[in-house]
Amino acid sequence: MQLPPALHARLAGAPGEAAPLPVQRDPLAGNAPFRFAARQVRFPREHEFFEDGDVQRHLYLQDVITQVAAEPERPRVPEFPCQVAGCGQVFDALQDYEHHYHTLHGNVCSYCKRAFPSGHLLDTHILEWHDSLFQILAERQDMYQCLVEGCTEKFRSSRDRKEHLVVHHLYPADFRFDKPRKGRGYPVFPSPASQVSTEAMGEDQAPSGGDTMEVCSEHAEAHPEPPRERRVYGPRIPSTICFGQGASRGFKSTKKKSKRL
Amino acid sequence: MWSRRRGLLRPLGCGVEELRCRRREREAALRKARREQQLVSKRLLRDEATEEAEGGCVVVILGEAEIQEFLRLAQRGIEEKERERALVSLRRGLQHPETQQIFIRLEGSIRTLVGLLTSNQALLQLEAARCLHELSHSEQSAVAEACLPATSYLLTYLSGHSSDFIELCLYTLGNLIVESEAVRRQLLPQGIVPALAACIQSPRLTVLEALGYALSQLLQAKEAPEKIIPSVLGSTLPQHILQLLQPGPKLNLGVAVEFAWCLHYIICSQVNNALLITQGALTTLGLLLLDLAAAVQRTKNAGLELLVCPVVRCLSNLLTEAAAETVGGAVHLRDERVVAALFILLQFFLQEQPSLLPEGLWLLNNLTANSPSFCTSLISLDLIEPLLHLLSVSNVVSVLVLTVLCNVAEKGPAYCQHLWPGLLLPTLLDMLALSDTEVVGQSLELLQLLFLYRPGAAQAFLQQSGLQALQRHEEVAQLQDRVHALQQTALYG
Repeated sequence: MQLPPALHARLAGAPGEAAPLPVQRDPLAGNAPFRFAARQVRFPREHEFFEDGDVQRHLYLQDVITQVAAEPERPRVPEFPCQVAGCGQVFDALQDYEHHYHTLHGNVCSYCKRAFPSGHLLDTHILEWHDSLFQILAERQDMYQCLVEGCTEKFRSSRDRKEHLVVHHLYPADFRFDKPRKGRGYPVFPSPASQVSTEAMGEDQAPSGGDTMEVCSEHAEAHPEPPRERRVYGPRIPSTICFGQGASRGFKSTKKKSKRL
Repeated sequence: MWSRRRGLLRPLGCGVEELRCRRREREAALRKARREQQLVSKRLLRDEATEEAEGGCVVVILGEAEIQEFLRLAQRGIEEKERERALVSLRRGLQHPETQQIFIRLEGSIRTLVGLLTSNQALLQLEAARCLHELSHSEQSAVAEACLPATSYLLTYLSGHSSDFIELCLYTLGNLIVESEAVRRQLLPQGIVPALAACIQSPRLTVLEALGYALSQLLQAKEAPEKIIPSVLGSTLPQHILQLLQPGPKLNLGVAVEFAWCLHYIICSQVNNALLITQGALTTLGLLLLDLAAAVQRTKNAGLELLVCPVVRCLSNLLTEAAAETVGGAVHLRDERVVAALFILLQFFLQEQPSLLPEGLWLLNNLTANSPSFCTSLISLDLIEPLLHLLSVSNVVSVLVLTVLCNVAEKGPAYCQHLWPGLLLPTLLDMLALSDTEVVGQSLELLQLLFLYRPGAAQAFLQQSGLQALQRHEEVAQLQDRVHALQQTALYG
C-alpha cells in the first residue's frame, strides 16, 4: 500500500479542513433494487467485529506478545538508617525504604504517634481522638463519619458507624482501622519507639468479631489500661486526663453538668 | 519504553518455536472464550529480578505442615529477617496451584495472612501482599475468592503513599474483579470507584498502569453498563483518564494502553457518551491519533497497535453520537490531518496486524459517511488509489473499502469525476470475478452510483466486458435484481 509522499507532510502540517466539493445527489441513487445509504455505524461491546482486537488485548494481558524487557536491577546502596528519630531500621535498597517510610512514618498522628495507612484515616483519628470540640459537638449532632472514601454519611456513635460499615459497605466486623479507643486502642500501628511484643501483635491479629463490638460502648466502666497503652500516653499526657472516646470519667461529669443546665 | 516487570514463569529452555506454538494455543483459547462471552485475563506481576536472585524458577509444592510452620514463623518469629524469609518461602510455594489449594483449606491461613498484611512491619506487609497476589491470579475460583476478606484493606491502602505496595494491591484487585460478579458485588459497596478516583491522582506511572488495568477489568464486567459505568461516569475518573491520554512528552505507552481500553469499554456500552464529548474526549482522542500516526513512522516493534486499536474504536463510536455534531465535538474532528493519520495507520496495520484493518476502515467509514469535507480530503490527498490497494486483503476488508468508496461516490458528480476515469473501473471488474456475495453486492452499489453520475463509465464498462462479468451473478438471489438493473442501465442508459 503505497502512500503519497505528501501525506506525511500533511500530517505534520497545520490543522484544517478541506473545502468540500459541491454535493449534488440524484434521487435515483440508492433506489430499489439498490440500497446503499451512507451511514455511520456503531458497534456494541460484545459484537463479533471486535473479536480480533479483543484477543490481541488479552494476549497482551497474558504477556505473550510483548518482549519481556530485562528488569532493571534494583539499585543496591550501602546500608543506611531511617532518618526518623527513634527508628533504627537500616536498608540497602531505596524501594524498601520508601515502603517502610510510608507505612510507619507517613500519616503519623503527632499526638499519639500512631501511623495510619492513609491521610483520610489519620484525619478521622485526630478528629475523634484528639479534638476536644469533637466530643462536645458529638452530643448534639452526627459526627462520626463513614471511613469509606467517597461516602458522606455521618453517625451518632462509633457503633452506629461500624454497623453502617458492615451492613452498607460490606466491611468485616473486625476491620482493623475501626477499633474503638476504649478497647485495644485504635489502629494497630503503635509507634516503633515502643517495644511491641509479638504476643501483643498476635492478639491484634486475631480479635474475635464479638468483643470489639462489646467494648465499643462509650459508657463502659473504666478498666486498667494494658501496660502498652500507658506507655504510649505516659510521658505526654497524664493518665488522669483523657480526651475523646473512652474517657469515661471526664465525660460523665461533663454530661451531668449539661443535663442540669 | 514501556515494559517493566511482567511475568510468566518462563520455563527454562523454551525455544522460539515452542513459544509460537503456545501463543497459537492461547489465541485459540481466547477466541473460544470470547465467543462464549467469557473473555477474562488476569495479570501476574512477578518481580523477575527477585526471582533470579532466588535461584531460578523451580516451584516447590508445600504441604500443610510446612505452610503452618512458615505462617507461624512469619507471625511470631523473633528476628525480622527470619519472619520475612518465612513469608518469602510461602510466597514461592504459592506459585504452585497445589500449594494454593492446600493453603486455602487450612484453617486460619487467610486470617493470618490478612493480619500480616495489616501489620506494622513494612516488608512483611509487602510479602503478605505478594502472597495474596499469587492467590488472586489463580484460575480456580475457590482460590481467588479466598482473598475476599482482604479487599477492604486493599482498598484502604490505595489511599496510601507507598507506590510498590499500591501497585501490588491494584493488580490483586484487578485479578479479583474479573473473578465473578459476586466479588464485584462486594467491591462496589466497599467503595472501589471512589478509591480508584482518589488513587488516579498518583504521579507514579507504575501505579497508574496498575490502576488502568484494574479499572479496565471492572469496566469489562457484564453488568458494567448498568451497575458500574454510571458511577464511574459520575466520578472524576473520566477527566483524569482523558488527561492521561493527552499526547505529548508525558504520555506513557503502558499507562495509555490501559486507559484507552477503559475508555473503549465505557464508550461502547453507550451509557452517557455525550458527557465524555463535553469533557473533550473527541479532541483528545483525535490529537492522540495524530500523535500515534507520527509515532508508528518513527518506532518499530513498539506494540503501538495495542494503543491504536482502542483509540480507533473510541473515536469511531463517539462519532456516531448526536452530540458529536455540535460545535464542541465536530470542530476538531473536521481536521483533515485525521484522515492522513488514519491512512498512515492503515498502512501500519497492513504491515503489522492485518486483522485490525477492518477497525481502521470502520473509522474511515464513520468519518466519511456524512462528511463532504472528508470525502473531498480523500480525493485531494490522493488516497483513492491506496484505498484500492487494500481490496485484495480479505472479503471483510473489501466490503469496507467499497463502502467508503460508495460514501464518496454518493455525494454526486463532482466527486465521481475523480473516480472515473481511473483505476476504479478495472478494479470493480476484478471484484465481479469473485464469488463473495457481500463483496459483489457492494461493488454493484458502487457501479450504480458511478453510472448515474458518470454516464461515460457505463460505456467503458460495456467495452471492458462488463456484461459478461455481471452474468456470473444473474442467478444469485441477493444479487439478481441489482444485476439486471445494471445490465439495463449499461445497455440503454
